[in-house]
Amino acid sequence: MTLKSEDVRNIAHLARLHIDDDAIDQYTSDLSNILSLVDQMNQVDSSGVTPLANPLDATQRLRDDEVTEIDERDKFQQLAPDVAAGFYRVPKVIE
Amino acid sequence: MAMSVTEITQGLAAGEFSSVEVTQDYLARIAQFNPALNCFISVTDELALAQARQADARLAKGEAGALTGVPLAHKDLFCTDGVRTSCASRILDNFIAPYDATVIEHFKLDGAVMLGKTNMDEFAMGSSNENSYYGCVANPWNTEHVPGGSSGGSAAAVAAGLAPGATGTDTGGSIRQPAAFCGVTGIKPTYGRVSRYGMIAFASSLDQGGPFARSAEDCALLLRTMAGFDRRDSTCSEQEVPDYPASIGRGVEGLKIGLPVEYFAEGLDSKLAAVIETAVGELRKLGAEIQDISLPNTGLSIPTYYVVAMAECSSNLSRFDGVRFGYRCEDPVDLEDLYKRSRGEGFGAEVKRRILIGTYALSAGYYDAYYLKAQQLRRMIKEDFQKAFAGVDLILGPTTPGVAFKIGAKTDDPVSMYLQDIYTISLNLAGLPGMSLPVGFVDGLPVGMQLIGNYFDEAGLLNAAHSYQQVTDWHLQSPELKK
Repeated sequence: MTLKSEDVRNIAHLARLHIDDDAIDQYTSDLSNILSLVDQMNQVDSSGVTPLANPLDATQRLRDDEVTEIDERDKFQQLAPDVAAGFYRVPKVIE
Repeated sequence: MAMSVTEITQGLAAGEFSSVEVTQDYLARIAQFNPALNCFISVTDELALAQARQADARLAKGEAGALTGVPLAHKDLFCTDGVRTSCASRILDNFIAPYDATVIEHFKLDGAVMLGKTNMDEFAMGSSNENSYYGCVANPWNTEHVPGGSSGGSAAAVAAGLAPGATGTDTGGSIRQPAAFCGVTGIKPTYGRVSRYGMIAFASSLDQGGPFARSAEDCALLLRTMAGFDRRDSTCSEQEVPDYPASIGRGVEGLKIGLPVEYFAEGLDSKLAAVIETAVGELRKLGAEIQDISLPNTGLSIPTYYVVAMAECSSNLSRFDGVRFGYRCEDPVDLEDLYKRSRGEGFGAEVKRRILIGTYALSAGYYDAYYLKAQQLRRMIKEDFQKAFAGVDLILGPTTPGVAFKIGAKTDDPVSMYLQDIYTISLNLAGLPGMSLPVGFVDGLPVGMQLIGNYFDEAGLLNAAHSYQQVTDWHLQSPELKK
C-alpha cells in the first residue's frame, strides 16, 4: 500500500492533526512503509475466524445506574488553558 | 551497593535503618547519577521525605504494610495526585494529575514512598526511549546505548540502583524489553490483573501495568500490592490475587517448558541465542523438562499488533484537544486551528505517525481490511498459545532478538524499530503474562530471557524465575556508573 501526500493531508485532517508542509513527504514515506508491513496480514486467509476484541473474550461488566462521581468541576478546570464562569473557553464557533 | 526491595523491608522491620534514611540514600544517588542517565522526568524529594516520615511512624506503631517505607519510582504515565504526569509529551508537560491511578493508590495504602516519575517513550510509543520530549535515557551498562522502551526510565533506574523497584506498563513489550536491555527483572501480568484506572491509555485492549525490580522475589512483592480488582476499570479481572511471595519456593522439578522454534529462528543474534541455551541448561539441571513447541503465527504478530495498537491509540489520544487540559497553541484563529495546532505542536513524530495510521485504518472503507482483519489474526495468535499450553506449563525464549542497540541506530526507520518487538507483542495480543529476567551478557550488555505463562499464572512465572535466580547471579550484577 502506497500513500500519496494528498492522502496524508486528508488523514491528518480527519485526525485533527497539523503536519508542517515540509514534513508531509517524510510522513508519506514512513506511513507507506508501515502500511507495507501491515499488508503482510493478507498472506493469511482468516475468513470465518471470529474477531477477538478483548484478549480474555470478556464482555462489558454492568453496574447499577447510581451516581458514583462527585462534582469536581472547579478542581478540574484549574488544569484548563482557558475558562470563564465555569465554562471552557474556545474561539468563537457561531458567528 | 544497591539493595533489593526484600532487603529494605527486612532492614526496616528489624530497625536497622529508617525509611527516611533509605529514602535519603536513594535521593542522593539520583542527584549524583540521574544527570548522566536521565531516568527521571520529575524527582519528588519533598513528597518522598514526607511519605518516609509517615512510614517511619507507621513502622514504629507496628502497623506497617508489606511495602511500608520502601522507596519506589513510577513511570510517568501513572496519574499521581498533585504531581506532574507528563507521559513524556509536550502536550502534558504542564499536567498536574488531579487524582491517583489505582496502582499508585495501592502503593500509598501499603505505605510505599514515591521517589519520582520516570522517563519513557512519549505515550509509551517506542522501543528505545528516544521518543521522549525530555530526551533519551542512557543505558547504565553503556551510556551510548538505549535502555529500551517504552518504560526505559524505570528499567534504567532499577539497574543503576536509583530505585530498588519501579512501575512500568507493557503494551507490546514495554516492561520486558527494557528489563532485558537493562539487566533487571520485570513482569507483564495477564491483561486485567492490574487496574488500568489512571494509567494514561495507549491501546486499551493491550495495556497492562507491572513492576521492575532486581529479582523475581522482589517482583512478587511489588505485584501483590499492584494487582487486584478495581470497579473503575471495566476490564479489570475479579480473580483473587494469590500470595505471590509465598508461592515462589516450589522449584521447577517436573515443570514442562516449551521452546517455540519460531523464537530461535532467523533474526536472532547467535551470541544471544547461546546465552539463552545456557540458561535453559540451568533450568534442565533443576529438573525442568524442556521440549520444542511451535507458535506458527508468530510472524503475523507484528503487523497485527501495529494495526490494533495504532487504531486504539488514534481513538484514545483524541482526548488531547487543547481545550480541557494540557498544551494549547498560541492564538488559534478558530476551533479547528486550535485542535490541529495544539495536537500538531504537542505530539512528537512517532505519536503522530501512529495516530495517522490508526485514523487511516479506522476510516470509512478501510475498517474491514485493517482493524477487523487484525482482530481475526489476533484470535489465531491466541489459539497458537492455547494449543501450546495444552502440553507445557511455561514457554521460554529470548526477550529480544539482540542486545541494546546504540542511541540513534534505528531512529530513521520506524519499521526496523517495530521488528525489535517480535517476541514480546504476541503476548499482549493474546493477553498472556510474561516476564524477562537477566541471564548473561553479550558484548558487555545484558541479555534477557522471556518466560511466558498461561492466563493468571503469574505465580508460576515468578516461581520459575526465582528458582533460576537461586542458582545464578546474573540478577545481582550492577553496572559501574560514571557521574
